[in-house]
Amino acid sequence: MQAASRAWRTTSRQSYRSAFVLRQNHQQAQPQNPQSPDSSGRTTSFGFRTVPEESKESLVKNVFDSVASNYDLMNDATSFGVHRLWKDTFVSTLRPGRKGPLRCIDVAGGTGDIALRILDHARETYADRETSVEVVDINAQMLKEGFTRFKKTMYHNTPQVSFHEANAQELPSSQFKDDTYDLYTIAFGIRNCTSIPAVLKEAYRVLKPGATFACLEFSKVNNPLLSTFYDQYSFTVIPLLGTILAGDRDSYQYLVESIRKFPSQPDFAQMIRDAGFTTGRDVDGGAWTDLWGGIASIHTGVKV
Amino acid sequence: LAQTRNRRFIHTGPHSQPAYPGHVPLTAFQNAFLAVGSALMALADPRRGDMVAALGETTAGSTLTRLRDIMLDSPEGRRILKERPRINSKTLNMDKLRELPDGTFGRAYIGWLDGCRVTPDSREPVHYISDPELAYVMQRYRETHDFYHALFSLRVSALPELALKAFEFTNLGFPMTAFALGAAVRLKPAQRERLWKEYVPWAMRCGSHGRCLLTVYWEERWAQDLKELQMELGVWNPP
Repeated sequence: MQAASRAWRTTSRQSYRSAFVLRQNHQQAQPQNPQSPDSSGRTTSFGFRTVPEESKESLVKNVFDSVASNYDLMNDATSFGVHRLWKDTFVSTLRPGRKGPLRCIDVAGGTGDIALRILDHARETYADRETSVEVVDINAQMLKEGFTRFKKTMYHNTPQVSFHEANAQELPSSQFKDDTYDLYTIAFGIRNCTSIPAVLKEAYRVLKPGATFACLEFSKVNNPLLSTFYDQYSFTVIPLLGTILAGDRDSYQYLVESIRKFPSQPDFAQMIRDAGFTTGRDVDGGAWTDLWGGIASIHTGVKV
Repeated sequence: LAQTRNRRFIHTGPHSQPAYPGHVPLTAFQNAFLAVGSALMALADPRRGDMVAALGETTAGSTLTRLRDIMLDSPEGRRILKERPRINSKTLNMDKLRELPDGTFGRAYIGWLDGCRVTPDSREPVHYISDPELAYVMQRYRETHDFYHALFSLRVSALPELALKAFEFTNLGFPMTAFALGAAVRLKPAQRERLWKEYVPWAMRCGSHGRCLLTVYWEERWAQDLKELQMELGVWNPP
């Protein structure tokens, strides 16, 4: 289950905007010397490493191939089950099924946590059995886990759920047509994508006018006391739990580092607006809603 | 479990930098956490060799320093520390070992490897020892463990392994070898009785009487007669 052997190249750092570089307040401060990237290609971050853009996808693939079989166990162990509360809150604030059946797309939805909650919410609260979710993930192993989990539910072999292997940055337009979906969700997946703007652009394309984009992701904790404990816990305990439970330290080290590299709440809200969505104001409760002090955050936008 | 190699190591925290490839520096808290976690995991799933290895490293304490000093006191041990020989399928010439006459240590070792269908490559590298020389001592212990099997003609099933752990406890002193005896609860009652009545007394006497086996440069002794080797080291076969 160890990640495959690979060579990192430490090249100059590249960030989306210099503004958010200055906002990074993670423990292991990288040297802030923004050089221009070499002409051979652009670079991106893989945790605290800087890697060529083309490599990030396969590096992330290796991580998720490795963690897939223990994914749900590790989520429970590292968050003490709190991730379930976050996902419950995420889906219940979206209220799928309230205004009739929805056609949903859940991206980076791998193991099916969000898809299942959407379908259950529609069924239990609104007696809606027409809402459907298309679960999309770039990683086949994760999709397999999701498919297996759904086999234990009443939605297996119904049109309400389907699984598709695709890249969130380039959803094949023959399969995922423009202006199709009523709800686009992506939970704890967007930070692993190489280009967040590309994902947002695709989300905008496939959503109907008036439809909602919703993203649940780890975000910035602004309270310094909470932030200290959270950082300590992340960097000390989580990789060790990865070593002990999954025999894989590196994947969990990557995961905690990738959280620190993700844009702050206002920056991500701006990126969502740049893709064409309309969001609330740049305050907690507007364009985003912080959960547990900002450890996780729900960002929403509407395609007008 | 495949190991990642040839990678620049991921900086784990604001404390130390890795001292050697594969080194994962741990704080005292992390060390304790890993010790407890790996003990529980190793008990729950004994196939997790990496957890058994982690338990050994996190609980080694002063044992490695003491063993390194014992090695420094012996001429053969000093040579081992200087040359740092490694044991894996690249450094061992298996075919040459098979050609050795019966009764030699080398022939016994290769016969044991073939018979138990084990390779010398299955040992986890050291990650959690901060001093590189002590890390080598730990690595040497892990890699020479199979030689102890061959020396006493002990196979790889649970009972002989525990017998060998008892011997290692008296001869080398790793706390983990004593913990390993806790795994005796998983033996059948008849086996447990044999362990405590026959093997453990043998281990206590033989381990303390014999020379510290980490001071033995095994690679120089392939052609040596097995019985003669046992006499030289001051050990004898278990019952």
